[in-house]
Amino acid sequence: MKYVDAFRDPAAARALAGRIREAAAPLAGRSRPVQIMEVCGSHTMAIGRYGIRGLLPPHLRLISGPGCPVCVTDAGYIDAALELASRGVEICTFGDLINVPGSDTSLAAARSRGAAVTVCYSPLEAVERARRDPAREVVFLAVGFETTVAPVVSLVDRAAAEGLGNLSLLTAFKLVPPALEALAAAPDLAIDAFLCPAHVSAIIGADAYRPFAGRHRRPCVVAGFEPLDILYGIEGILRQLDAGEARVENQYSRVVTAAGNRRAQALIERLLRPVDAIWRGLGPVPASGLGLRPEFAAYDAENRHGLRVGPGRDAPGCRCGDVISGRLTPPECPLFGRRCTPASPVGPCMVSSEGSCAAWYKYGRIATERP
Amino acid sequence: MCLGIPMKIVAVDPAGTGTVELDGVRHAVDLTLIETPKSGDHVIVHAGFAIERLDPAEADARIELFRSLAESRERDGDGG
Repeated sequence: MKYVDAFRDPAAARALAGRIREAAAPLAGRSRPVQIMEVCGSHTMAIGRYGIRGLLPPHLRLISGPGCPVCVTDAGYIDAALELASRGVEICTFGDLINVPGSDTSLAAARSRGAAVTVCYSPLEAVERARRDPAREVVFLAVGFETTVAPVVSLVDRAAAEGLGNLSLLTAFKLVPPALEALAAAPDLAIDAFLCPAHVSAIIGADAYRPFAGRHRRPCVVAGFEPLDILYGIEGILRQLDAGEARVENQYSRVVTAAGNRRAQALIERLLRPVDAIWRGLGPVPASGLGLRPEFAAYDAENRHGLRVGPGRDAPGCRCGDVISGRLTPPECPLFGRRCTPASPVGPCMVSSEGSCAAWYKYGRIATERP
Repeated sequence: MCLGIPMKIVAVDPAGTGTVELDGVRHAVDLTLIETPKSGDHVIVHAGFAIERLDPAEADARIELFRSLAESRERDGDGG
């Protein structure tokens, strides 16, 4: 694949691993390991898949952050989607969400009992579903970070242009910069630097991290999702730590600009407004979500169907919240690999293809398996 | 969930849609988030939408940097 394969070259990866060891050497005498959080689930998956942890010196730890939208979505949101399905509404969703447990059951289980749940690759498929049967209500499960927000919320414009009165969004959009604030402010989390997401940054722009990096004195390096991008991003972080710097560095300049995608930003700004949001693992974070503006209430599924997303109940013993916030690594959860596996997941971090637990189970078990 | 694949635009329709190509396979794409998309442009495709352009000059410069790092490491006899 053009512009993909070149960023997976093993010889260059070996060279970068050597440079990382050099850059990490001056930090080896510290009282605790250097902790870098990779914020995004796509980074987590790539780090597992390419064995990047195995290339790093022992005093350098990568901690997976809250960047899996499915994982941070509260069980109460799934409950609300199940409630809509039980009323005969057709639910359209990205595939990641359908096996996530709500308080009692999942959308996949509801579908097997006859509920109308359609998995979509593109949100535009929901427009087709709504068009096909105007008498049936269709709700798209609007979950995602900045990357996904513009494609999903553009459904409102499509529905308005086509006069579709039966399509609405159940919104649980989340924003990355406010989550970084919450993580940096947590006293028990000692994160030295952040590897910032690739495609979220394509939308919001690298400059979006400047206030955060300055305020909290943490290096923020934007990196692509290919292994060489990640290694070079880690090297950039270490060079900053060596020099005592805390800057925003854009190491994904082939896609990310300083200002981001202004067309996407304008669409988001016109249709959505910041709202407080609850994150699994972080709790309530002010202005960390996006909801439809009041003038688009007709497209807001909560308003249209007269329901409110409330707090859900997590499965007993599930430590997803601690995994998401970097307090636990997946193998430290007592359920990991025992009661909780991808075939029979207990919590969302094991369900989602980008969840930390799924990544550790799939790629890290040889190193972490216990007797 | 935030994965995006670099693809090349091969057709642009007036309605804001178009066609992209990856390894000879063509896909329909929504181009409304891209300023003046043109055939031949590379874009990152996510959930059926092009979400940003890929700058080939920046990509080629980075590929060249990685290539030179790999060569200098091998020349110095340290394969890592």
